[in-house]
Amino acid sequence: MFKYLKQLTSLVAMVAVLFTFTTESMAAKKSKTLKNTQKKGFVRCGVSQGLPGFSNADAAGNWTGVDVDVCRAVAAAVLGDANKVKFTPLSAKERFTALTSGEIDILSRNTTWTLSRDADIGLTFVGVNFYDGQGFMVRKSSGITSTGQFKDGISACTNIGTTTELNMRDFFNSKGIKYEPVAFEKADEVVAAYDAGRCDTYTTDKSGLAAQRTKMKNPDEHIVLPETISKEPLGPVVRQGDSVWEDIVRWSLNTMIEAEEYGITSANADMMKTSDNPAIKRLVGAEGELGAAFGLDNDWSLRIIKQVGNYGESYKRNIADTGILPDRGPNQLWTKGGILYVPPAR
Amino acid sequence: MSLKLKDIVPQLITVIAVVLIFGFFTYNAQINMENRGIDFGYGFLSQESSFDVQFSLIEYDGSHSYFRAYLVGLLNTILVSVIGIIIATILGVIVGVARLSPNYLINKFAAFYVEFFRNIPLLLQIFFWYFAALRALPLPQDAEAIFGVFFLTIKGLYVPAFIWQNFSIFFYSLVAAVIAIIVIRIHAKKVQENQGKQIPVFFISLGLIFILPLLSFLIGGVKLSFEVPVLKQLATTSFIYEGGVSLPPELIALTLSLSLYTATFIAECVRAGIQGVGKGQKEAAASIGLTPNQVLKLVIMPQALRIIIPPTTNQYLNLTKNSSLAAAIAYPDLVLVFAGTALMQTGKAIEIVSITMFTYLTLSISISILMNWYNKRIAIQEK
Amino acid sequence: MSKINFLKPDRANLNTFLYLGSFLFLISFLDVFFNSFFNLNLTGFLPNFLSFVLPLILGFIGLYFIRIEYSGIKRLDLLNKHINTNNFNAVLSLLIIFVIIKSIPPILSWFVVDASFAGDSKDVCTGTGACWTYIKVWMRRFMYGMYPNAEQWRINLSFISLVLLGSVGYFATDKLKKYLTLYYVVIYPLIAFLFIFFFISGGPVFFDFSYGIIAAILSIIIGFFIPGRFKFYYFLIVPLALYIILKYFLFFEEYIELGKLDGLNWVETGAWGGLSLTFIISFFCLIFCFPIGMAFALGRRSGFPLIRYISVGFIEFWRGVPLITVLFMSAVMFPMFLPEDFFIDKLVRAIIAISLFEAAYVAEVIRGGLQALPRGQYEAAKSLGMGYWKMHIFVILPQALKLVIPGIANTFLALVKDTPLIFVVGLLEIVGMLNLAKTNPEWLGFAMEGYVFAAIIFWIICYAMSKYSYNLEQKYKTDR
Repeated sequence: MFKYLKQLTSLVAMVAVLFTFTTESMAAKKSKTLKNTQKKGFVRCGVSQGLPGFSNADAAGNWTGVDVDVCRAVAAAVLGDANKVKFTPLSAKERFTALTSGEIDILSRNTTWTLSRDADIGLTFVGVNFYDGQGFMVRKSSGITSTGQFKDGISACTNIGTTTELNMRDFFNSKGIKYEPVAFEKADEVVAAYDAGRCDTYTTDKSGLAAQRTKMKNPDEHIVLPETISKEPLGPVVRQGDSVWEDIVRWSLNTMIEAEEYGITSANADMMKTSDNPAIKRLVGAEGELGAAFGLDNDWSLRIIKQVGNYGESYKRNIADTGILPDRGPNQLWTKGGILYVPPAR
Repeated sequence: MSLKLKDIVPQLITVIAVVLIFGFFTYNAQINMENRGIDFGYGFLSQESSFDVQFSLIEYDGSHSYFRAYLVGLLNTILVSVIGIIIATILGVIVGVARLSPNYLINKFAAFYVEFFRNIPLLLQIFFWYFAALRALPLPQDAEAIFGVFFLTIKGLYVPAFIWQNFSIFFYSLVAAVIAIIVIRIHAKKVQENQGKQIPVFFISLGLIFILPLLSFLIGGVKLSFEVPVLKQLATTSFIYEGGVSLPPELIALTLSLSLYTATFIAECVRAGIQGVGKGQKEAAASIGLTPNQVLKLVIMPQALRIIIPPTTNQYLNLTKNSSLAAAIAYPDLVLVFAGTALMQTGKAIEIVSITMFTYLTLSISISILMNWYNKRIAIQEK
Repeated sequence: MSKINFLKPDRANLNTFLYLGSFLFLISFLDVFFNSFFNLNLTGFLPNFLSFVLPLILGFIGLYFIRIEYSGIKRLDLLNKHINTNNFNAVLSLLIIFVIIKSIPPILSWFVVDASFAGDSKDVCTGTGACWTYIKVWMRRFMYGMYPNAEQWRINLSFISLVLLGSVGYFATDKLKKYLTLYYVVIYPLIAFLFIFFFISGGPVFFDFSYGIIAAILSIIIGFFIPGRFKFYYFLIVPLALYIILKYFLFFEEYIELGKLDGLNWVETGAWGGLSLTFIISFFCLIFCFPIGMAFALGRRSGFPLIRYISVGFIEFWRGVPLITVLFMSAVMFPMFLPEDFFIDKLVRAIIAISLFEAAYVAEVIRGGLQALPRGQYEAAKSLGMGYWKMHIFVILPQALKLVIPGIANTFLALVKDTPLIFVVGLLEIVGMLNLAKTNPEWLGFAMEGYVFAAIIFWIICYAMSKYSYNLEQKYKTDR
């Protein structure tokens, strides 16, 4: 009897060894994500597997793009260095589970904000960093110039697990066109399949079409049709259940947009400290105690502007100058005829 | 007392450990889901799926439920497995027999085939066929007809469709023929056991299976015509074939690679089975005056099958499980449709992955039960 | 049949038939040969179809003429015996010969003659042959994934050292041989783990986790030398104490970070890839799945019904589901089952998943070996008064494992072939890297070269393994 008691106890002891390191971290903290990020020393950010203008890695492994800049802004705010980000490239299929399972802390991967995603699957959308809509791309030689020319039997390539897949159905259904959906997991596979002639049309967000076009064998052979079939507000996402972290990401993005509104750039941010406008002074941390609400110091927003730049700079650097979408369209400030309108930072 | 304790304690420890581990996982899952506002439940299965699937055996579109999408995926998995199993078996038996051929060239050729396809990962083969071989096919407008009616293009293989009139009569005649054959076989066996007379079952069966359906054509008013695929222009440079049956390249690549790969293993099973039958059996059978065909049919095969069936069952199971690699190319099988698209649209990871695994478990178990039953039937019966 | 007997060769006019037959066969052979190698159609004047099948007909007649039961000419008899036994075989032989001749030139020209080797950009690949330049340019990526070029010596060095350390068994003297098992089961895996953990990854990755493992392993090893009397208290106190010492004193995180200490940059597992990742995963799964499989094999044959049911359930569960769903579970579901802040690296999760999966197969193989042992072995061991563990460790398992070595080798072969499936969790070993390279806008259209390259590499590895296992099988067959 005693013999087995001994074995049992030693087993429990062994189990305890393996479990001690898990119990310690169970204690509830105010923002676990913030605490862990500061402890680790980098922000874990999920991005796309390569979409020029949004998140794209060069040969040296440096990531650029407007989605990437959101993560860099958060890193600048939280850790003081915009380069302290660990990027994880994710396919459309993997992205939400990577976030809910805790593999990443921010998902900034041209993700469409929808009700079911926001409410149902444990995610929280913090804002919109790109207003987009779904479109179609076809070969120029096909002679198709509008979606009205689509006929029964058309095959359409798209990504698995996207709103595109759903919108496409709504669109073809409403037009009464029979179509063949061919859905791949990786965006690159979709493009390759379309390029090879497996599909007649390629459908995704228009910004995505414009970006992927630059990656094709002969970009000039393809055109994006003018019709937009859906609303696609794209923005960063965080896990549900950590409101402090959610606020940090939201206001990092808002800071970039508001900085553009007040004309603060990475170049003049330091000089703006002496501005007469109290709103500007608040943004560069010369007035008020805005950072304290997140448990950050007061320079958090100044660091974002200095290290990453305002939204306009980011857009120009990544999307306009690379020739993907030179025209800002709806992604212009509300003061200039666009729909970018963020709550005031005060 | 102490003897009983000796039996109970180790079991108790194991059970407690298992319960602890599962409890730990469940507890964490509950906490995590609560924190992240995720509900657990299978209610989503009846919701509208609102996505379309490329290829479906039953009627399906986005207005159907997620459960229907699950069925679509499941049927596609079963389809590719059944086709794969049939082709792999035929090919495997041929290659397995060829490996025992006295002909040096045939023997080596079969050995080369087995060694070549067996030692390359299946996923690589699937990728090769799909991304390299089938992607090199011509566009529909450039495709040349094979025998005038088949078109192999980058968008898939287009084959003529059967157009039946009064198909049900034809089908019933086929069923009647099969039932008649079974009855005759049983009768023939009885006659042979009781009177020692042999009835030429094979020829009667052959006759029945041809004549009865033929009669349905002549008398029953069954008509069969073919619908040949016709090129249809969608736009200036975009074409498609209409009419007939279209087999998507994803299906072709998957079946091709699955059957080529699995056939190598089946060939080895067949070879081992035939080799496993002693030479003496063959010689003894020949010495009592059986013809070579009879030797093969009555002496070698029944014994070889007993050795062949169990490992072949495993290969069938493997093929069915390997069909899940469809997710790597865009063939809409269970993993792609249900554990892929449906999971992404609903976010119900735990529910969907558990259903998927349970489904495969059920498929595997049913195949092994079926084959065990068959195996028992052909096992040596002591009279 | 007797009607065509006049064409049947016999010993009387053997030479006539022999010359005629050989001549016809040679003509058919040459026709195909010229057609294939020099693109010269000797029978072009005939209608298309006839010109196509003529060599077959000629060759068939030729072979028919020289088919003779026994001629006394050694070569002819060999030929007849091997490829020309009857009409059916003759046709098949001819077909195979012609197919081989026909396929050599296109394959050769694609592989070598028209292929491009030089240069380092896509521009050199203008020919109709393969573009090996593509492989050359991407070689590092195919071998090391996204691992930084400057750090790749670390992978090379680790692999070389591990291979050297692994081959110690061949040089061990008889005196040291008895420690080999201990070496291969405990020490070698530990060294390999440390190599991969500290050397290839370079930084402090899963410190907590490794503390736990190191503490557990160390205490077990030391536990062997503790007198039985104190073992109970030993296992009660020491593991925990060791863990605390390791965590809070020895490897104090901000104080000593082994990776940084050595000046090694941390390379996260997401950047690992290519063929080296295939090796790493195969290696670790191989090490882990063996003991787990053994435990469940014993469990399945255990006398305790509950343990048996649990083992059967475990084995049948893993054997019934596809690996892809298991990996899917490890990627999607598993993190939900862990405490919120406890994050296990993707690669580790994949290794755990594959190990558990393969362990079920190993368990079945080992069970086969256990069942094959005669009952007498068990009874003899029991009659000597051995307990369950003593009996299994010293009598049963050594014999059973010897029996199942080929089966285990086959399972490992399957394991190696299964590694590409880790694309499911987003890790890119060689096949995954190929798919990445293939969609690179600068290198579109070279999918074939990539797949052929990977196929050759895998084929060599797997063929060598299967031959090795076959040799082992032969070796142990004679032993019994």
